[in-house]
Amino acid sequence: MLAAIAALLVCQLTGEAVVRAVGLPFPGPVVGMILLFVLMLARAPLPGALGNTADGLLQHLSLLFVPAGVGVVQHLELLSGAGLRLLAVVVLTTLITLTVTALVFAALARLLHVDDLAPGKPETEERS
Amino acid sequence: MTNFVDLWVYLSGSPLLWLTTTLIAYLAADAISAACGRHPLANPVLIAVTFVSIIVVATGTPFSGYFAGAQFVHFLLGPATVALAVPLVRYLPQVRRALVPMLVALIAGSVTAIVCAVWLAEAFGLDRAAILALAPKSATAAIAMGIAEKMGGDPALTAVLTILTGITGAIIVTPLMNALRLRNYAARGFAAGLTSHGIGTARAFQVDPLAGTFAGIALGLNGLLTALLVPLLLPWLLN
Repeated sequence: MLAAIAALLVCQLTGEAVVRAVGLPFPGPVVGMILLFVLMLARAPLPGALGNTADGLLQHLSLLFVPAGVGVVQHLELLSGAGLRLLAVVVLTTLITLTVTALVFAALARLLHVDDLAPGKPETEERS
Repeated sequence: MTNFVDLWVYLSGSPLLWLTTTLIAYLAADAISAACGRHPLANPVLIAVTFVSIIVVATGTPFSGYFAGAQFVHFLLGPATVALAVPLVRYLPQVRRALVPMLVALIAGSVTAIVCAVWLAEAFGLDRAAILALAPKSATAAIAMGIAEKMGGDPALTAVLTILTGITGAIIVTPLMNALRLRNYAARGFAAGLTSHGIGTARAFQVDPLAGTFAGIALGLNGLLTALLVPLLLPWLLN
């Protein structure tokens, strides 16, 4: 597990370094994710526990947003004045964006006959 | 009593107290969510944030004091983002087959998120500062804050609106998709990640691993696309 954590951190660190060096407009961890993706596709020798460690982190992804959420509660005064209208825009936009995205995806998937992706069953065996 | 005060002064100064509080609050929230059969309203982020906030406010702890302990949890967002590559490789055949629907839905969803936010904000008579903070709110918080700052908006307000968008989407995605009778879990997850970034992705992983994988892809791609589109669309939308 320690080797798997080290692998994740090395990818993130490389991502941060690339973002700084090239001046890319997105966060280092996203570049780190692309790097790990490429390494896995290239069948680079990665720690065997990487799969389990990643699953463990992603299973509790909700936990990782708690500190930021508490930060929001502490800054709720930013919403004062226009608060209700801001909340209305947030809720309505979220509703519309979810609907448009899911319907476009599902309609095209049906049209192209790729809508039978079974939920919960990977087609490939674990590579690590 | 003075002993208790001394103990409090000692504990509240060390990261241990707030790190432990955050973990326990999340475990309690996760247990409540499980007991409610993962009902969307029993969102673990929302419940845990409520618990912690009550304690932080009741003890008069400044946010910097809380964050000194909670930062260790917050830090893991980076490695967790990198870890999204693992389910992506695992479900690569499905992702390949769904490439066209995915990319079209990405563009449709990303444009919808930005344009709707700006139009609705104008319709509600909100000022320019609010519009700048609302436009990038479907992107992940770090990207959204960066965009808003570059366009002259307030990053703190953007962070608040982004997190609220995340929690809102995580709560309404399941009932909304059921009401639309949408059974395609790739589509459901992709919509959750695109609209509500990491918090939507956390919800998608809770429902189904394939949905979570597509949510993770949407989170990454929409972060990049929003960073490109907001500076392009905003001048045109604002006049």
